[in-house]
Amino acid sequence: MTEDRKQSPLMDDRLDDAELERHLLQSWQTPGGIWKALATVDHKTIARRYIVTAFVFLILGGLLAVAMRIQLAQPEARILDPDRYNQIFTMHGSTMMFLFAVPVMEAMAIYLVPLMVGTRNIAFPRLNAFSYWIILAGGLLLWISFALDAAPDVGWFAYVPLSGPEYGSGKRADIWAQMITFTELSALAVAVEIVVTVFKQRAPGMSLDRIPLLVWSMLVMAFIVIMAMPAIMFASSTLILDRLVETQFYNPAAGGDALLWQHVFWFFGHPEVYIIFLPAAGMVSTIVATFSRRAIFGYLPLVMAFIATGILAFGLWVHHMFVVGLPRLGESFFTASSMAIAVPAGIQVFCWLATLWLGRPVFATPLLFVIGFIVTFVIGGLTGVMVASVPFDTQVHDTYFVVAHFHYVLVGGAVFPLLGAIYYWFPKMTGRMMSERLGRWAFGLIFLGFNLTFFPMHILGLLGMPRRVYTYQPDLPWGGLNLFISLSALLLVSGFLVFFIDVLRAWRSGLPAGPNPWKAATLEWATSSPPPAYNFRRIPVVDACDPLWMHPEELAVTAGLRVDRRELIVSSVVEALPEARESSPRDSIWPFWAAIATSIMLIGSIFTPWAVVWGAIPVAVTLIGWFWPKGTAEDAS
Amino acid sequence: MKSTSALPPLALLVSGCSGAQSVLNAEGHAAIELKALILGIIFVCAVVWLLVTIALVLALVRRRDRNDGAISERKAAAVVSGAVGATVLVITGLTIASFYTTRALSEAPGPELTIDVTAQQWWWRFTYGGSNSADAFATANELHIPVGKVVRLRLRSSDVIHSFWVPSLAGKQDLIPGRENTLTLRAERPGVYRGQCAEFCGLQHSHMALFVIAEAQADYERWAERQRGPVAEPTEAEAVAGKAAFMAKQCAACHTIRGTRASGTTGPDLTHIASRRTIAAGLLENTRGSLAAWIADPQTLKPGTHMPLVPLTSDELRQLAVYMEGLE
Repeated sequence: MTEDRKQSPLMDDRLDDAELERHLLQSWQTPGGIWKALATVDHKTIARRYIVTAFVFLILGGLLAVAMRIQLAQPEARILDPDRYNQIFTMHGSTMMFLFAVPVMEAMAIYLVPLMVGTRNIAFPRLNAFSYWIILAGGLLLWISFALDAAPDVGWFAYVPLSGPEYGSGKRADIWAQMITFTELSALAVAVEIVVTVFKQRAPGMSLDRIPLLVWSMLVMAFIVIMAMPAIMFASSTLILDRLVETQFYNPAAGGDALLWQHVFWFFGHPEVYIIFLPAAGMVSTIVATFSRRAIFGYLPLVMAFIATGILAFGLWVHHMFVVGLPRLGESFFTASSMAIAVPAGIQVFCWLATLWLGRPVFATPLLFVIGFIVTFVIGGLTGVMVASVPFDTQVHDTYFVVAHFHYVLVGGAVFPLLGAIYYWFPKMTGRMMSERLGRWAFGLIFLGFNLTFFPMHILGLLGMPRRVYTYQPDLPWGGLNLFISLSALLLVSGFLVFFIDVLRAWRSGLPAGPNPWKAATLEWATSSPPPAYNFRRIPVVDACDPLWMHPEELAVTAGLRVDRRELIVSSVVEALPEARESSPRDSIWPFWAAIATSIMLIGSIFTPWAVVWGAIPVAVTLIGWFWPKGTAEDAS
Repeated sequence: MKSTSALPPLALLVSGCSGAQSVLNAEGHAAIELKALILGIIFVCAVVWLLVTIALVLALVRRRDRNDGAISERKAAAVVSGAVGATVLVITGLTIASFYTTRALSEAPGPELTIDVTAQQWWWRFTYGGSNSADAFATANELHIPVGKVVRLRLRSSDVIHSFWVPSLAGKQDLIPGRENTLTLRAERPGVYRGQCAEFCGLQHSHMALFVIAEAQADYERWAERQRGPVAEPTEAEAVAGKAAFMAKQCAACHTIRGTRASGTTGPDLTHIASRRTIAAGLLENTRGSLAAWIADPQTLKPGTHMPLVPLTSDELRQLAVYMEGLE
């Protein structure tokens, strides 16, 4: 390490704790004020915004589900007309997948990964700020179109030709496709940040085999995003081209192919499930270890299972297309690969069970949600095995059986762990505890309400009820179950209500949490709650998987970073040996302007291709502002 | 002939149409094989779930000794490896079972009857006897097949993607514009089996039902014979007036009635509409009242349907309904 002595930088090794904190705060904290708030690049602030935004979309998507359940409670109800109903189920799916599930998992990564690897900010923090504004714009686009009664009505996978120029009227499908572009952009940005943060910014000594499992899961998720998103980017762009400038990608009459859409969509769409599930698996691993009071059983098999899942995720998209008439041999291959992904899933479940078995479980709310997760996720996984079988699938594909299956996987498999994770990390994020009593109520109501709502849907599917129907005729034997499901949904809603009440209550007046209320082992608990702008006063040195359990008294720390500017440690990929000191970008308003310019260009291009040409100019201007050299000295290395 | 041959199937419709759209009510060769596979896989999976849940409960509540550290860690590793091995075995078993079912289904003998199925928003066209043959005829939303015979359906779509699904007879198969798929049916017992479109296809996806009527060979042939023939000229004054109205208004532009000037192909062939059990793709029972209601205001009964609202006087409406009712 060489140093630029001319500026006589202020180093952290010459300061006592109080002085150090004062200087660090000066360098890292974003001052108050609206414009400063728009300019902040603190990963924790941005992650909190992301999480709150995602949960707002969860509430909106949930209200849509309630509307659908009211309509379906009785046969031939006329509460919603088919046009409105089709908009609602499209909005529900699109909101939950693109504006809630993926962003909330990324948001947890944005918050937790830098803290868990012991660094001061995420890599590319300005890109991070940009990604938030972009997803917010995409969400607003979709929901404003819904308020104007012009929302997409073609389902969350928007099959052509129904969504194509001939049958998709107005701008509805374009709005859907462009909303996808926004979320792709934001997801890709976050994925790159996570990969670089995990590979290059880990605390000294956190070699690959000491990375917390949550971080591993987020890393694999980020790689899946990087590989899968280009497929959907191709899909949404070509759909817009077909609709806007009359290309013929999906028009069979002109040599295009309607099935091409399904291939590219599901090449993204199936890995998407693991983009949502793997972070949840990381959360479960973390919570299980903490509340079993022991290290996770089978760290290496779990990491391998995450990676195997990430790879296999790309080999089973065709199981969404078993009834389109593909060659038998191809179908058989995808049956085998879809079945095979049950093996890494099994490894994960068995390792968590073994950890609980060997440990001494403490039944706090986060663990309750994890227990609920195991019970429901195993059902979702097993129905997944069922639909992986081609002949089985020909009878249940596109029925309520599949609706039940993917809600068991996504709600049971991802939302339960997420709620557990919120109970678990809320004290870290806010410095306050949520209520154990309300937590038990929320868990009980959600668990019961969820199963009573979604389990009967399996039966409805076998009784022949297709999905995406806005009503059904009275002589079909589905009325009773549908009414039962709609009533059970109220129970589920009440559970979420308790959860949100608890969040608001705790945010205002929860008991102070202290740095490590759960006596957990990972680095985010080695700093105050909520963490200061600079995360750690001094960067810790790691020599174990569970640093805070190995060294309950005091962690070893590093020294040698400048404190008069934002600086962090860059370390080697495998062993996390310190390699350099790297400056970390200051706050900047430019990502905000760049996001606005990008949004104008993307939304304009729904209406005219020229928006891409003229809209590129303000985007270029804002990017120049963003990357304008500030005249600071080269980073010391 | 009119009343005697129409009665038994109608009785079947009343008794059999509700509940007949079910995977568990298997009456076709393929559906019976599939039901066995489905119940088998569900049973195996239910056992697996039960075992995992028992393991979970035991893990949570078991009594703990003070020092069972290293030994139980090794034991746990063995148990986990065993469980993973068992998972592989179960998965392999289910995959093989699935392959064998697929093979059994594709080994059906050559078709004894081929029918063209065209799906469009939001009804089904069934064309018998090939499109060019002089014997060819078309019907809508009602597929008659002989029991015990292997029937091959050639599936095409003329607009968006649909999916042909009659769960009591076979698994579903998509109809995709620009492609042709096939589906083989063999009904093992006579009956009326309901099906409906299983791929979201727009506004009236919910009301795109069809009925498969499986009947004895002789009944089937009688039915086909009558469908093939032209329709009798109306004699009743109201029906004659109804025919005139049909030809004068837009009706004839979209519908065919063989033996008349009406030769439109956008809408269902109405040559023998009175022989069908329902109208508007399973939406309404086929009675004079519902025919009149449907013609008077299709957009209220089935919002979004491509059947337009044709301005008619109440006399014309009644006459049209009477005329339709006579198209046996």
